[in-house]
Amino acid sequence: MSAVLFIEQVLNGLQLGVMLFLMAAGLTLIFGVMGLINLAHGSLYMVGAFAAAAVAGATGSFLLALMASLAAAAAAGAVVEVLVIRRLYARDHLDQVLATFALILIFSEGTRWIFGSFPLFLDIPAVLSGPVTLPGGIAYPKYRLAIILAGLAVAGGLYLLITRTRIGIQIRAGEADREMIAALGVDISKLYTLVFALGAALAGFAGALVGAIQSVQVGMGEPVLILAFVVIVIGGIGSIKGAFVGALLVGMTDTLGRFLLPGLFGLMMDPSAATTVGSALASMLIYVLMALVLLVRPTGLYGTA
Amino acid sequence: MKFKFLMGAVCAAALATGAAAEGVKVGMITTLSGGGAGLGIDVRDGFMLAVKQSGRDDIEVVIEDDQRKPEVAVQLADKMIQSEKVDVMTGIIWSNLAMAVVPAAVAQGKFYLSPNAGPSALAGKGCNPNYFNVAWQNDNLHEAAGAYANDAGFKNSFILAPNYPAGQDALTGYKRLYGGDLAGEIYTQLGQTDYAAEIAQIRASGADSVFFFLPGGMGISFLKQYADSGVDLPVVGPAFSFDQGILQAVGAAALGVKNTSQWSKDLDNAANVAFVESFQAEYGRLPSLYASQGFDTALLLISAMEKADVSDADAFRAALKAADFASTRGDFAFASNHHPIQNIYVREVIQEGDVFTNKVVATGLENHSNAYVDECGM
Amino acid sequence: MTRERLVNAVILLGLLGTALGAWAMDAPYTITLATKVAILALAGVGLNIALGLGGLVSLGHAVFFGIGGYAMGILASHAQSYSPILTTPFVIEGTKSMPVIWLVAILASALAGLVIGALSLRTSGVYFIMITLAFGQMFFYFAISWPAYGGEDGLSIYVRNGFPGLNTLDPIQFFLICFVLLALGLGLTARLARSAFGLALTSARQNAARVQAVGISPYRLRLVAFMLSGMVTGLAGALYADLNRFVSPTMFSWQTSGEIMVFIILGGVGRLFGPVVGAAVFIVLEHVLGGLSEYWHIYLGALLLLVVLFARGGIIGLVAGREVAHD
Repeated sequence: MSAVLFIEQVLNGLQLGVMLFLMAAGLTLIFGVMGLINLAHGSLYMVGAFAAAAVAGATGSFLLALMASLAAAAAAGAVVEVLVIRRLYARDHLDQVLATFALILIFSEGTRWIFGSFPLFLDIPAVLSGPVTLPGGIAYPKYRLAIILAGLAVAGGLYLLITRTRIGIQIRAGEADREMIAALGVDISKLYTLVFALGAALAGFAGALVGAIQSVQVGMGEPVLILAFVVIVIGGIGSIKGAFVGALLVGMTDTLGRFLLPGLFGLMMDPSAATTVGSALASMLIYVLMALVLLVRPTGLYGTA
Repeated sequence: MKFKFLMGAVCAAALATGAAAEGVKVGMITTLSGGGAGLGIDVRDGFMLAVKQSGRDDIEVVIEDDQRKPEVAVQLADKMIQSEKVDVMTGIIWSNLAMAVVPAAVAQGKFYLSPNAGPSALAGKGCNPNYFNVAWQNDNLHEAAGAYANDAGFKNSFILAPNYPAGQDALTGYKRLYGGDLAGEIYTQLGQTDYAAEIAQIRASGADSVFFFLPGGMGISFLKQYADSGVDLPVVGPAFSFDQGILQAVGAAALGVKNTSQWSKDLDNAANVAFVESFQAEYGRLPSLYASQGFDTALLLISAMEKADVSDADAFRAALKAADFASTRGDFAFASNHHPIQNIYVREVIQEGDVFTNKVVATGLENHSNAYVDECGM
Repeated sequence: MTRERLVNAVILLGLLGTALGAWAMDAPYTITLATKVAILALAGVGLNIALGLGGLVSLGHAVFFGIGGYAMGILASHAQSYSPILTTPFVIEGTKSMPVIWLVAILASALAGLVIGALSLRTSGVYFIMITLAFGQMFFYFAISWPAYGGEDGLSIYVRNGFPGLNTLDPIQFFLICFVLLALGLGLTARLARSAFGLALTSARQNAARVQAVGISPYRLRLVAFMLSGMVTGLAGALYADLNRFVSPTMFSWQTSGEIMVFIILGGVGRLFGPVVGAAVFIVLEHVLGGLSEYWHIYLGALLLLVVLFARGGIIGLVAGREVAHD
């Protein structure tokens, strides 16, 4: 194995991690502020991707498509919050799981009803297509580098939003003591809608970014949703910092596991059996990681009980 | 869901004109909801088009959605057999669903005509006189890809497929006829959407070509990411990732890719020209591989109905075996294990106006049968 | 007799009556549907021990359902091919006998419940939901990629397994087996709820510190409840595989876990008969809505949403009213 290949895989792990962070940040924010567990977060990711594909198809502009994904997912999030989610804050997690499970069914089949059963097309913008040669002779796709940068920028923006702005203060106060900030005259229901829409917009943005290099299809949100849950559980639910660390950890573990495990087993058994066993184990690896983290720290890396 | 297509007034008309044959009741179990619905819808539409064009009023089709869940398919099969009392079953798209349904159905004396899945177990030791596959044995398109790789002079292929039985069969099928070396062999996760790690390995492997089998959304993701990675090795794969339904979602990333298929929209025979034209007129979209298979399945059924009565199982089976119909893919015959003997073509992805589609560039394998004929006792 | 008891009796007799009526009218598929209701209800009854009594929201009960299914698949496929499962250090043969398969399914589920429970119960709340989901995913991916028992294709057995003295291929006889097991499962849960163990478990759900204070470990209580819960769901898995004569990794999927939970919510959390009503309504909906529209999941989702939002006691709660015994 060459060093170049290894560095490229580390970049791939980083890119997957950053992508997961965009999903996980919204989830963990919503949980932290409202105490809500939202299985339908993956549907908002799908909404973003479909909106982007539709707008890109109509206008040909990737920038407009990205903006459409943000707007559509935020709007869908706000509507769902006002109609459904708002009634769930006071409920236990069981009701929340069930109600948002029902939302997945509605979103998925509704999308199929509107857009049909075949995947949609969304392409990388021309400026970002093709590879770029990094120092050390590593050829790496420009678009994936752009995703890494966009993700880091969002992480930085979120940090500033939460630590430096008035909204951020309200969000942090909401996490700490819900009754108190309501008593202080903050319009709590407006704040909740806003936070939910923000989380939804992040998911939609992730969907649009990923949609350009993957398949825009019904059901695309659920696999990512489960990964995002793994991320926030590892990081500690409610912690944005935890989501960031967890996302990178999961991204690296998954990418490097898929890459290294078959080879590792190849040292012990014949190649084709090693490929099968290695791949099987690689697909379970992040769940094993999650179980291990929870055994050592039952509330995740940065979680508070 | 259930649609009942009852073509005209059934019995009265038949009796009045003195027509001998009683009708055939067909149970179609296919995937009509969820992520894989596009394939099932195409099979259904192709099948119903042929039934409609035949003008026969004695074919009743009961259609149910399996949601791509094997347990649901098994229960629907029970329903078809116990309650609907169908004579013939068809429609299943996925090999794992076929493995769950077909053995029990044929054991109860029903005919099963497979419009898509052709798992090796049903071609070899598990073959059955009442089971006919109208599409291909699962290995066929991969074998043709391996043969094409030899013709194209590839010496060092990198091959990948998802880690599940059909994926393992695909790589076995490719290696069966491919004569060169392997630069690498990877099993990916089923449903995986990001292939950066695999593409990096391809780049580093020194391969001269890539073969992949990644059906559905997995193939779309892989092709888009591969095209963007700057790795420009020639790619070859079975038709599933380059079919009409999903090609538009892959876009320019697929242009020039070679893929193997027993059917193509531009195959120049009378049956196919008429099929492509009438399918477009009826449904307003180009037909896919799956639509052609659904259409051929109905043609086979109708051809058998013209020769024999379904209540006479032996005669009906012989009539099916004769495969006396004008297939959209040209010459078609059944091998002794009831799987097709047919040409498998190499297609190239091209752009016609703003639509991406395929054109035939070579014949990969001529009159190709399958590797399991000898294992089957028939 | 309280109103809920009356409702319960009506439910159980209704299920039995449906199957017997279908048998009298020679409608075998309706019997199959009734059997499916009985089996899925049993899976829900199992989850209800953890969820209703113990307050443990497990989104990974598909693990037990799948283990039960594979216990049946592995034993029966070996019996079918006359190849022993194990030759060293001692020989283990496959079997086609239902009671043996059930026993293996229950024991394997108990073992899995012990390990998963011991690890997962160190966490609580959302973490517990998620770690059980993670265990489910591990089993799911393992089953898909492990080639020995069919991988994603699953395992088919061609003839339903046997039960001494009965013809299990006859739909009504197989239904009666499942129905009796469901009744036993319900009886067990009812006794469990009234036992000292059940009362301690209920208190541990309401106030763990109080239980701890009288010297009972809530962790152990919950672990035992989780194991029992898994054992019942595992038995249901073995029956479900036998109903279909087929088992596949789908039984391990997180959607399966979600559906089992849906039965409980639809029927009413903490209600003894909640899973029975929930499973029955779910199957009827699947059947009726599925016939109406290609997009029936939309209606199913909307209905679920309405029940969760506006009918908090589930369907039994609507019919039988609130009951004081359940907090």
